[in-house]
Amino acid sequence: MRQYFPLCIFLALVVLIQLVTQITETAFYLTQLTMSAYYSLLIIGLCTIMGYAGQISLGHAGFFAIGGYLSAGLTTHNLQPFADTGITSLLDKAGLLVSSKDLYGDTLLTVHPWIACIVAISTAVIIALVLGGPVLKLKGHYLAMATLGFGIIIFRIAMATPYFGEADGLSGVPSFTLLPGITVSGDFGARIINYYIAWGTVLIGMLLLINLVNSRMGRALSALHGSEEAAQAMGVNTARAKLLTFVLSAAYAALAGVLLTHYNGSIGPGEAGVMKSVRYVAIVAIGGMAHLWGALIIGTLLNFMSMRGLFGSYDDAVFGIILILIMLFAPQGLLRLHIWKHIQKIKPKKHGTA
Amino acid sequence: MLKIKNLEAGYGKLRVLKRISMHIDTGEIVTIIGANGAGKTTLLYTIAGMIKATAGEISLYNQNIIRTNPESIVAAGCSLVPEGRQMFSTLSVKENLVLGGYVQRKQKVDQKEELQKIYDIFPVLKEREDQLAGTLSGGEQQMLAMGRALMAHPKLIMMDEPSTGLAPLIVKDIFAIINRLRDAGNTVLLVEQNAKAALAIADRGYVLETGKIILQGPAEDLLNNQDVQRAYLGRDVSTEGAQCELD
Repeated sequence: MRQYFPLCIFLALVVLIQLVTQITETAFYLTQLTMSAYYSLLIIGLCTIMGYAGQISLGHAGFFAIGGYLSAGLTTHNLQPFADTGITSLLDKAGLLVSSKDLYGDTLLTVHPWIACIVAISTAVIIALVLGGPVLKLKGHYLAMATLGFGIIIFRIAMATPYFGEADGLSGVPSFTLLPGITVSGDFGARIINYYIAWGTVLIGMLLLINLVNSRMGRALSALHGSEEAAQAMGVNTARAKLLTFVLSAAYAALAGVLLTHYNGSIGPGEAGVMKSVRYVAIVAIGGMAHLWGALIIGTLLNFMSMRGLFGSYDDAVFGIILILIMLFAPQGLLRLHIWKHIQKIKPKKHGTA
Repeated sequence: MLKIKNLEAGYGKLRVLKRISMHIDTGEIVTIIGANGAGKTTLLYTIAGMIKATAGEISLYNQNIIRTNPESIVAAGCSLVPEGRQMFSTLSVKENLVLGGYVQRKQKVDQKEELQKIYDIFPVLKEREDQLAGTLSGGEQQMLAMGRALMAHPKLIMMDEPSTGLAPLIVKDIFAIINRLRDAGNTVLLVEQNAKAALAIADRGYVLETGKIILQGPAEDLLNNQDVQRAYLGRDVSTEGAQCELD
């Protein structure tokens, strides 16, 4: 039960922050906090593959973009002109499509957000499976290079495909009703509920991952992180363990992409950029690699600060500097700095040498 | 218990093992000696399923395991103590041992008891239980590597150069422990460069040279074999007399 204690504190903190913003009338912070939550969802997934399994991925913005772009594309592109074609009418009859009216009163026929979400995440999972099979055989910086290549491909596809809006991205993404009464949307009135949806998702995501890292599978991951050969000699199927974790983290990234896109109502190629991937990797490193809570806290803080514009136009540069400093002075992550030990050193000892 | 017939394996186009045939009986210590690059480690990795054989047969308890994946081979009772210890250095000694029992799925039931058994063999590990494996000395790490392999309840333990980088006194300890493991009913396949020490405790030995077994027999015979002495024991029989005179 001890491992769930932090989850309770986390939940209390989420509620507390909301109440404080309510009282101090600073509810506008909730918007960035909600967005940070979705980025944090990606980051804790990345933390599992990077920190626990020891595999660096510079392609996670790609998975985020696959989730976001696919669900945006499917829920915004009008299928009305194709309404009479076989496939579309079949989908319509199966109840997979929704029709609505646009600003000018024309009928819009689009894919249901739930279906779009499932398609988007499954696509990310399949791509992760196909990519992960060969790529996870690589190690260290070779793996980083290969995933970087993947990230660049996704970025260029997003930039070059008219279906995905090229450099403009996609906008006008409709809201996503998860359950009756619970809708992911950027509406002003829905700010508080969306804050809770986002953090609720992160909470469930954390719960799953905490269970994973404390399970037999988690032990296998830390084994292969330590030494792949020894892990194999222990009877760990290292290829399978790595692939499963990679796919899981890709699914987290895709889900984050789907939900954030519906929340923002749009997605642009910036989300698929390599700099985004680097930023996620940096955040996991700052949080302390194999430290889910560290990744979550640092991820939320830095993304929040970045989105509040605290770093100005030097945004990416700031992340770069932070990464350099962390690697130099706290390679174990900020939360593992033994600050207390240093303070104790400074403090005079109780028993003086009379 | 283990029979190998005309085994061939290698890396890519490179053929490392050439028609290796050998066998290990239950309760034996069998050693494979040979120089660097003879294919000793490759042979162990092939038995462990970490390198795929290109031809031949490996049977463990009359079951062909040549296409079996490493995890099933461990589960079938054949564990490898890899060369250079390969600790999970950021984990504690205890965690390393627990990971060794990875294939024992029901481990939670009597994990304490399992650990105690290992601590009985290696008391020093008990003292270091909560220490990070990376902070152990070389000898302690080797013991941990052996203890970790034992956690999987192997019937056959394969050890790849357990004496690497250890002080002679520690090597003696390690070999004494290997002897005790055999007395406790384990079967050991020992790969060593330290031919003298290995042959001293082994029942039988094989001499591996550039991927082929060139000699085999009871350990004592190999110890007394002139070729073995010249090539692996650092004694040149033909010039030994002359050496004495110089001294």
